[in-house]
Formats: sequence, C-alpha cells, structure tokens
Amino acid sequence: MNARTSSQITPKSGSSVQAPTDTSRRGFLRVGAALTALTVGGKALASSGADGAAKLSEGRMGVLVDLSRCVGCRRCEWACNDANNNPHGKLEECDDQSVFATLRRPRTDQFCVVNATRNPLADPSPADPPIFAKVQCMHCEYPPCVSACLVGAMEKSPEGPVTYDASKCIGCRYCMIACPFERLTYEYDRRFTPRVRKCELCLHRTREGKLPACVEICPVEALQYGRREDLLRIAHERIAAHPDRYVDRVYGETEGGGTSWLYLSARPFEQLVDLGLPKLPDKSPAERTERIQHAIFKGAAGPLAIAAILTTLHFLTRKGGHA
Amino acid sequence: MSASISIPILHHPTLAAPDSRRRYFTPGMLVVTAIAAIGAAAWLFRMLFGLGAATNLSNAYPWGIWIGIDVATGVALAAGGFTTAFLAHILHRERYHPLVRPALLTAMLGYTFVALGVATDLGRFWAMWHVMLPPFWQPNSVLFEVAICVMCYLSVLYIEFLPVACERFIGRVHLPGRLAALNQPVDRALRFADKSLGRFMTIFIMLGIMLSCMHQSSLGTLMVITYGKLDALWHTPALPLLFLLSAFAVGYPMVIFESIIAHRSFGLPGERDLLAELGRFIPFTLALYLAVKIADLALRGQLPRLLVGDYYTQMLTIEVLFGVVVPILIFSNRRLRAQTRWQFLGAALVVLGVAFNRLNVFLFAYSPLERGAIYRPSVSEIAVTLGAIALTVMIYRAIALNLPVIEQLHDDHAHHAPRAHDDVHLTVLADMPPQTIARPITPTVPAAETPALAGVKE
Repeated sequence: MNARTSSQITPKSGSSVQAPTDTSRRGFLRVGAALTALTVGGKALASSGADGAAKLSEGRMGVLVDLSRCVGCRRCEWACNDANNNPHGKLEECDDQSVFATLRRPRTDQFCVVNATRNPLADPSPADPPIFAKVQCMHCEYPPCVSACLVGAMEKSPEGPVTYDASKCIGCRYCMIACPFERLTYEYDRRFTPRVRKCELCLHRTREGKLPACVEICPVEALQYGRREDLLRIAHERIAAHPDRYVDRVYGETEGGGTSWLYLSARPFEQLVDLGLPKLPDKSPAERTERIQHAIFKGAAGPLAIAAILTTLHFLTRKGGHA
Repeated sequence: MSASISIPILHHPTLAAPDSRRRYFTPGMLVVTAIAAIGAAAWLFRMLFGLGAATNLSNAYPWGIWIGIDVATGVALAAGGFTTAFLAHILHRERYHPLVRPALLTAMLGYTFVALGVATDLGRFWAMWHVMLPPFWQPNSVLFEVAICVMCYLSVLYIEFLPVACERFIGRVHLPGRLAALNQPVDRALRFADKSLGRFMTIFIMLGIMLSCMHQSSLGTLMVITYGKLDALWHTPALPLLFLLSAFAVGYPMVIFESIIAHRSFGLPGERDLLAELGRFIPFTLALYLAVKIADLALRGQLPRLLVGDYYTQMLTIEVLFGVVVPILIFSNRRLRAQTRWQFLGAALVVLGVAFNRLNVFLFAYSPLERGAIYRPSVSEIAVTLGAIALTVMIYRAIALNLPVIEQLHDDHAHHAPRAHDDVHLTVLADMPPQTIARPITPTVPAAETPALAGVKE
C-alpha cells in the first residue's frame, strides 16, 4: 500500500470535485501527440521524458494542510519569518485580521501567507466562516522550476523540498515563468546579488531533526509534517472517516504531477483558486517540454537530420559536377 | 555643420574605406547616435543600480521587453542570416550572393545584441559564465539549449564573417604607431584564416543553419512550460514548430527590408530585381506557417474563439492578418513585388508581424496568476531597447562603409550590372536625410572611379 508512487496514483473516479478535462487541454495533448508522431515517429521517445528521468526518493516529506481546521491565526507566517530571518513583529501582531482584506502572495521577505475567502472583519457572521489557506512554494514532485533552470540552481532534494542555490544562479528568472503556482519571488532591489526567495520547507531545521517552523507553531494542528505517502494515506482516511466534513479530494495529490504540500478542504477546491490553489493538469508542465526537447535532441536526432538534409541538398543542387 | 562629423578611422590614410566619399554622420544618423547615447546611459544605470531601480519587472512579470524584444524578437529577425546562406550556399543560387553578406552582418550584429540583451536582463550577469561550464549544465532545461545554441551560433557567425575582413585587409594591414610591427604577423594570420576557412566554410554554414533551426524552435518551447499564464491561442506544444516556421518566413523579408533601407541610406540604386526574385519565396514560407497555425488552432478546438472578438483574438487577428495574409497577397502578385515600394511594405509587415507574434507570446498574451498585476516597461527599459537597435544601426553603417559588405557600395566588388534606379520615393524613410533618399547617382562621383554606377547615367 505504502509502496505506491505518485505516478501510479489515479484520480478519484467517483469524486464530485474532480475537474473535467476541458477541451483546450485535450486539444493541447492531441497537437502534442500529432507533433511527436510527425517529428520522430514516436516509439523511442515514449520512454524518455520527465517522469522517466527523475527518480524520487521513497522517504520524501511533505505537509498536510487541513483547511477545515485552520482558523487564520497567522502564527505560521510569524514562525516562518522567524525561522528564515525575515523581518517580523511581535507574535501578537498576527491577530490583526485586516490583512485578509486583500489576497496576498509570498514576497521576498515573507515566504508564506495565509489568505481568506472573504474578509472576516467585513462580515463577521459566524454562520458562514471564511476559509483560510496558507500558501507557499508547493515543492512539486516534478518541479517545472528545476526543469527550467539552465544551471541547476533549483533542485529537488531527496527529503522533498525544492531548494535554491544562489551560488549557481545567473538570475534569468525562467524558474519564475515556469512555476505553475507563481510562488517564486525575486530580490529585484538587490543591485548585484539578487536571489530567488521561497519556502524551502525549513530544510535547515528538518535536517537538525526539528519540525518546519510553521508546522511546529500551528495551534490547531491544521499542519502536519510527514512522509508524503503517509500523509496521503492519512488524508484519505480522514476523508473516509468524515465524508460529511471534506470534499473527496486531496489537493496536491496529482496537481501539476503532485506536490509535497497537500490540502484537505470542506469547500470544493474550485472555490479556492483565488486563495492560491489553481486548477492544474495531472502531469507536471515540465513533463511536456522535456518530452519535446528529448524528442528533438535525443541522440542528436534532430540536428543530425538537419545536417543530412543540408548535405543532400548541397550536393544535389551542385552545378558542373566536378566531383 | 554637425553633419560633417565623421569617424576618425574613416579618414586614417591607410585604413581609408573603399568608399570614403560617403559620410558616416548624416542628420538621420545623428538622431540614431543620440538614441544610442541615451540607451547607453540607461544601460549604465541598470548595471550600477540594479534591475529594481531600472525596470518595472515584478514577481508576476519576471520577463519584460528586454526578453520579449531584445532577445526573442532579435533572434527571430536575425533569421535572414541563415535563410540567405541556405539559398546561396546550400542550394547554390549564386545570383543571391549580393544579399548574403548584408544578411550575415545583420545576423552577426543582431545576435551580438541578443547576447548583450540577455546579459543586461540577468540579475547576476557576472555569473553568466556558469552556462559555459559542464558542472552547471542542466540539459533538461530548454533555456540551456537556447543559451548553448546562441553562443555557438554567435561564434559561427563571426567565423562566417571573417572572410569579409580578410578580403578587406589582406595586403592592406597598416596598424598605427608601434603596432606597425605586427603588420606582417596579422597579415599572415589573415591569409592563413582565409585559406583554411575557405576549405571549411560550407561546414560552418551548415552548422550555422543547424544551430539556427535548433534554437529558433527552442525559443518557442520556452513558453510551453508555462501553465495557465499564456493564452491558449498561442500556448501550444506546436510553439517550437511555429517559431521555426516563422523564423524561416521572416528571413527573406528582413533581408529585403534591410537592403532597401541600407541602399536608400547610402544613396545606391538598390537590388530591386533581385529582391523581387527573392520575394517569390515569401508567399510559400508564410503560407506554410499559416497552415500550421490554423491546423494547430483547429486541432485544439480554438478556432471558434476567433468569432468571439475579445482582446486575445484581436491580437491574433492583427498578427495574422497584417503579418501573414497581407504580405502573402503582396508577394504573390508579380507586379507588386517588382516595385520597391511594395517590396518594402510587404517586408515591413512580415517583420512587424513576427515581432508582434513574439511580443504576444512573451508579453501581451501572458497574464500572470496574480490578479491585477500589470507590466509597463520603464523609461530605462525602453531606452535600453531602443539604444540597442540604434547601436546596431551605427555599427552596421560603420562596417558597411569600411568592409566589402554591400556590393554597390564598393566598386571593386560590384560584379553586377547596376539595376535601373527605382524612382519611387519612400515616404516611410522620413528620418533619412533628403539628399540620401532623393540623390540618384551623385554627379560628383567621377565616372572613372565608379564604372558600375556611372553606367546608369549613360
């Protein structure tokens, strides 16, 4: 049971919240398939590509977020800032709920933010409390940022987190273009040494045996740190035990090929897109580009084909025949 | 007054250009120089004070016009180099030879400024050498492939251009002052390069075409990895193919566009008939692109959207109608494509159309997930981009005046009989000084000095 890997996980078929495959996406795949067949004639390439290339470690970790438990106390924001040496005030300042008036995004000096479906101050009716969601780097299973980075500054560590190495980075910001969650931030204001800033799942703490700061501080156990496969099992058990309390879906199980952060919710995830949980295909966006790249360049097939065509044309059109 | 300024090197007795009668600084060139100077100042500002101070880039819009115009459009518009080389050197269409060197020069300068544009945009430009070292290589990255190909191709372009320098300087190396001692070694090196390159040039030309195909297409693959950001009218796994086909299609129009401007600017008769012949290919390359574009939209079920008429369909309509359909009509009409005016209009439309396509893909049709985020290029960004274009024009002109690039400009290389001077005046070239546009064949040029040009007068 525990041995299943993310690529074998199938979407829950009976789920009411399972997003229907829309036409544009089906079309995208159809064009992709047609092109693959056209350019190469297909078979050798089927085995290449992102999911064949990257081997994920068995024991990689993740965090399960139970949105039905989150009360929007924002202690996690404070702890995150504290653990990452980002500016922060006193812990009590987290109780300021006015920040929920706008949807916020992670910044260079704050790697996680909690958003709410509506401003609790504007309408404090307890009958319909807002949903709060903490968002940060999702630590994808097959991270597009890692695939995009041309100098290997982004890496998927064996522990699960996607890490950034400023000493390798050249600052092209293609990782930011590639991120399907748009969670990467850039220090534009540093003149010569700007860095990409993001959550690294407190790798510096977990390597010392500590919990990620946000998980440690959460007073309502909305956050749970553990092996990703265990968390998935727990999540599905929780759904099974309380089908009335959760929609039958774990966000992050398959989104974008799967993420290390997993979300349980009472509200359909379609209603939480604005909080920072976008609808994504079951495969990593990187898988598609890598398939195209490998199709063209595997064994230098594309370049060699061009060279062969050019040579043939060169000799066929040669006049005088002084060979 | 100021128009009589000229680059000192042009008047150096030994480095005198083959055609030193032509001034470098016309009034139009003074404007270009001013734009380049402002651009240089803006560039310095970015280098000293960073991206945050100089640009309006943000987390939502990590890429702006430096990537959209300087890099993506720059690479596309430099496609004249490899497409012309293909025609003249691979297919042996010898009559197109007069177009090869100008196209090569444009490509060489274009790619040089693409590299500079990238360096300007990189947050850690001082670390860009990482790309060249295998320990850093990440071959799954599309950008890695683009970077390596562009670097290799830039080198190939310089190698391809070397024979032009050899032709100009072999037997005529006269370095100033103390450096004169190096005259002979330099001359010998040039002769050696000329001799050995001559033997392998076909290989370099093939390599150049190969590298071009590779990175022109990969530039399209770059944006395939985005999800939910690029509008579906452009976001397709066929992007690499579409980018490659549009690069093919923009090659000859760019050569025509640039040839007409350059010849006008130098007051030369122009290559009208040759350009008309070249123009015959354009409807085919454009139609191929159009067919794939429509097939792609149809296969992905996007065609019905064209009836909606929202922002994106309007952008696509402008792009395809003016950048593809109208030029197909112009260049498939024998009478129209024989006239410089229509050649210029048709070519300019393709050039602008492809530029618009690249901007759509990288900027206009790119909407970040962050609601309400906007990107308007800053003054510095615009100044740097315009400055780069201006500097390209300046270097082009300096090289064209001093090296045998444009045949009609250098008597001893004009193998061609002059073509009848096209008397259609281009109002488009308003910034060109009247004397260079209207001046047919300057009577001040002694007939004996320019037999080719003198032939026109008779």
